Amino acid sequence: MNEASAKKKAWALGIVLFFALISISTYAYNEYYIYLSAYLWFGFIYGMCLQYGRFCFASAFRDLFAVGVPRMVVGIMIAVVLFALVSAFVTATGISTFHPSPYGIHSVIAGFIFGVGMVFAGGCASGSLYKTGEGSGTALLVVLSISITQSTFVDVGGWFNKLVPNSWHESAMAKGLPERINVGDGWVDQYLAGYVWDQPITTFAEALNLTKESFFGAYFGNVFIGVVLPAALLLIVVYMFWGRKRLLADLVKQKANSLSIRDNIAGFWKMIVSSKRTAIAGLILGIACGLQMFVIEGLRIKYGIRNAGEILQRIGSDYGISIRGTVFDPGYWYVTTQEAQWVGWIMHKLGWDNMDNIFFGYINGIPNPALNPADWMSLALIGGAAVMALLNNEFKFKKPTRELAMWAIIGGALMGIGSRLGLGCNIGAFFVRVANGDPAGWLFGIGMIAGAYIGVKFFNWWTERQMAKEMAALEI
Amino acid sequence: MAVKFDKKSDGVYTLDCQGYVCPHPQIYTKKMLEKIGSGDILEVTFDNPSSSESITEMLIGSDNEILDKNVADGKYIFRIKKG
Repeated sequence: MNEASAKKKAWALGIVLFFALISISTYAYNEYYIYLSAYLWFGFIYGMCLQYGRFCFASAFRDLFAVGVPRMVVGIMIAVVLFALVSAFVTATGISTFHPSPYGIHSVIAGFIFGVGMVFAGGCASGSLYKTGEGSGTALLVVLSISITQSTFVDVGGWFNKLVPNSWHESAMAKGLPERINVGDGWVDQYLAGYVWDQPITTFAEALNLTKESFFGAYFGNVFIGVVLPAALLLIVVYMFWGRKRLLADLVKQKANSLSIRDNIAGFWKMIVSSKRTAIAGLILGIACGLQMFVIEGLRIKYGIRNAGEILQRIGSDYGISIRGTVFDPGYWYVTTQEAQWVGWIMHKLGWDNMDNIFFGYINGIPNPALNPADWMSLALIGGAAVMALLNNEFKFKKPTRELAMWAIIGGALMGIGSRLGLGCNIGAFFVRVANGDPAGWLFGIGMIAGAYIGVKFFNWWTERQMAKEMAALEI
Repeated sequence: MAVKFDKKSDGVYTLDCQGYVCPHPQIYTKKMLEKIGSGDILEVTFDNPSSSESITEMLIGSDNEILDKNVADGKYIFRIKKG
């Protein structure tokens, strides 16, 4: 082992010890901190898995459309099925932390904006977090852009109120929200209370008239009908259009288009196992995501609480807790809301009253980032990715170029807006929802795929233009 | 700093995508391979780990072949022969 490599391994160990020290010392100070530590260590596992598998939702459809590589679509589908299998058990036992989201055309539109953004930015919301852990300055800029855009977007009023349809305004005003929230002022407030909250909510189990809190409802309705069938269909389409020609190249040359079913099954399996790293990461991620729901709900039962707001109050910190006494506490993997919160907290400290909107003031709050469970998860995710990258000698500080900084800011802003319109990102609005049998997840996903397609079309044009400029002097 | 294209010698081209995140390294590699002639060599340098998986996968089933992969301290150099 050379000196540089030994130094990197020492850094990796240092990061692990740092997180361990935080967990142990805070627990010794007050046992309720274990709730935050649970989030921390799941975040750490996610970070390690994401880096190991190069797990990025942006690359799933972007690489498929741009360079014909299906490995990430396969990895995500493996993860989502595994996650669904574990979370169905949690759902069937009646202790799931998951709540389905209102679904409608807004889910598709939000996914589309998010999809374009993730291609421009070079990574999705979770991908940018793990790439920050690899030392990428561009990814950090993406995270900053998502964070600032969201926290601003949820509080814009004034001129933007003119863009609110009257029906939204009236419906929002009729919801009887506390005066402090001032729901008649703010585009996102009226979008949420006046439109989104009026949309239907269901799960595949409920749509089939099954009780989701039963093993048959959870496994047949949500997992088989809601996850396995659509995932298999998606993978078959990917195989037919992108996988077959490449994976069975020799056979296709010999037999043209007369491949037998057996050949195709072998080709399909080859596609599933072609990237072991991604498949292994998907496997562990799926199981860890389901376990997190189980652990967090277990802690809530142990402490007799429903939300981390109560934990923060018991710890002695009631700053930034919402009007209902809650803070953001999903109980599962989530990325974007906590990013909006830490910037929201800074803005509030600087004198911006952003607690008069639904997002911060009524639901998620803006707790001190040092005590925000979801922030612990995201920071540990970056740490976990850094540890894995350091151990594999893949860590490197990379300054963003001017061109990439521009794409990071634009892409991050689009992802920030898409996340707030869709009530989540590629994780919260797609991955978690799909795995829990919520049709809103697939609708967001359809939008995301369409957005990725348009983003790739644009990027192809852009890179051609750049190449023509850079290669002018080169004779090929 | 932009992506750099160069001709090292006859039939050997270089593409430097250091500092670039996805999808730049894989897209530029694909486009560069389309431009160079059959039998030519392309040396791609990049430092975005996920591009190593994408480029490797991208070449499966194509006539192009990765001659060698050099990885050190987060920097990747792939030598690819166009088929």
